[in-house]
Amino acid sequence: RVSSDGKPPKFQPPPKPVIIDRKTQKEERRFLSPEFIPPRGRTDPLKYYIERKDMIQRRKVFNIPKFYVGSVLAVTTADPYASDKSKRFVGICIQRGGKGLGATFVLRNVIEDQGVEICYELYSPRIQAIEVLKLEKRLDENLVYLRDALPEYSTFDVNMKPVPPTDHEEIPVNKLQVRMKPKPWSKRWERPKYNIKGIKFELPEHKMKAAQKWSQPWMEFDMLREYNISKIEEKIRKELNEELEK
Amino acid sequence: AGFAFAPQGFLRSSVSHSFLSFGSITGACQAIQKLTRVRVVDNSTLGNTPYHRPPKCIHVYNKTGVGKVGDKILLAIKGEKKKALIVGHKMPGPTMTPRFDSNNVVLIEDNGNPVGTRIKTPIPYTLRRREGEFSKVLAIARNFV
Repeated sequence: RVSSDGKPPKFQPPPKPVIIDRKTQKEERRFLSPEFIPPRGRTDPLKYYIERKDMIQRRKVFNIPKFYVGSVLAVTTADPYASDKSKRFVGICIQRGGKGLGATFVLRNVIEDQGVEICYELYSPRIQAIEVLKLEKRLDENLVYLRDALPEYSTFDVNMKPVPPTDHEEIPVNKLQVRMKPKPWSKRWERPKYNIKGIKFELPEHKMKAAQKWSQPWMEFDMLREYNISKIEEKIRKELNEELEK
Repeated sequence: AGFAFAPQGFLRSSVSHSFLSFGSITGACQAIQKLTRVRVVDNSTLGNTPYHRPPKCIHVYNKTGVGKVGDKILLAIKGEKKKALIVGHKMPGPTMTPRFDSNNVVLIEDNGNPVGTRIKTPIPYTLRRREGEFSKVLAIARNFV
């Protein structure tokens, strides 16, 4: 290098290394199971605190993997009437309900042209293993409309191999639009109250317009129905992280 | 014939239609009771031959008139009366038990012997509890859920 004025070049300190602590970032965005968030109400938060402690105790002993509505799971339960005392069921998760220890999830599959749904309790001691065969999200939180969809959308191979997740950060969203059986359906899924995006409605235009008559556009502006979970979520996340590290 | 009995897979769509055309039928419960249309699941000739009227329940052998899995009922099929065993219904039961998309039934004689020789559709494991009564039905069942 050519030095200016014959003096050695001015000392330029090296640029400070930018440390991206991926671990803490990951923990902040870690998946929080929906049953941890207490429902809106006037019950004493102590009740939910005690329930959460029990839930954490169970999670320490038995691993409940993260999954969303729309992922394919395989559940092995203990059953005195089954051969080998345990039975395995593979299905797509249609809905997750309940809060606290009574949290449930419903798995649906079509076996031998017969649609079967089983509602499992997440924290039940009868469950021996929960395996996520395919982790993905769908366009809706509730896939109950699969009952009225063509059976091909609910059939999953019982001996399906688990699909390893591609990206550890993002969960793939399956933008599948499901085709339905001819009407009548168990519920009028075209109505805006269900707000379903995952169905390919092949209904005539005038029927879709007529369904919009039942829309309630004022509901999203109703302030009394607001439930801001962000602060509660943070608190529960911190609590969970502390407890699980013990 | 006016009401064509479609193949078993589409029974569900035909069921909800006709209930509305009947007017009012008391039946807040969704399990099997009098006048419910059922789906015969075994491979018996009586259950599988097409007829212009679907098989209907006419009596439930129960203290309450509501039949759940494992209850015996009287069916009216093809103009005859036949007993049957309920192996699955659309009504959600206790958690961990399967809920089927159709009301399934297996034809049975008075002494408990099944009429058919094979049951392809899945049967809930809870029927195994009454192994003594239903041993022959469980023996012809292929899949369990």
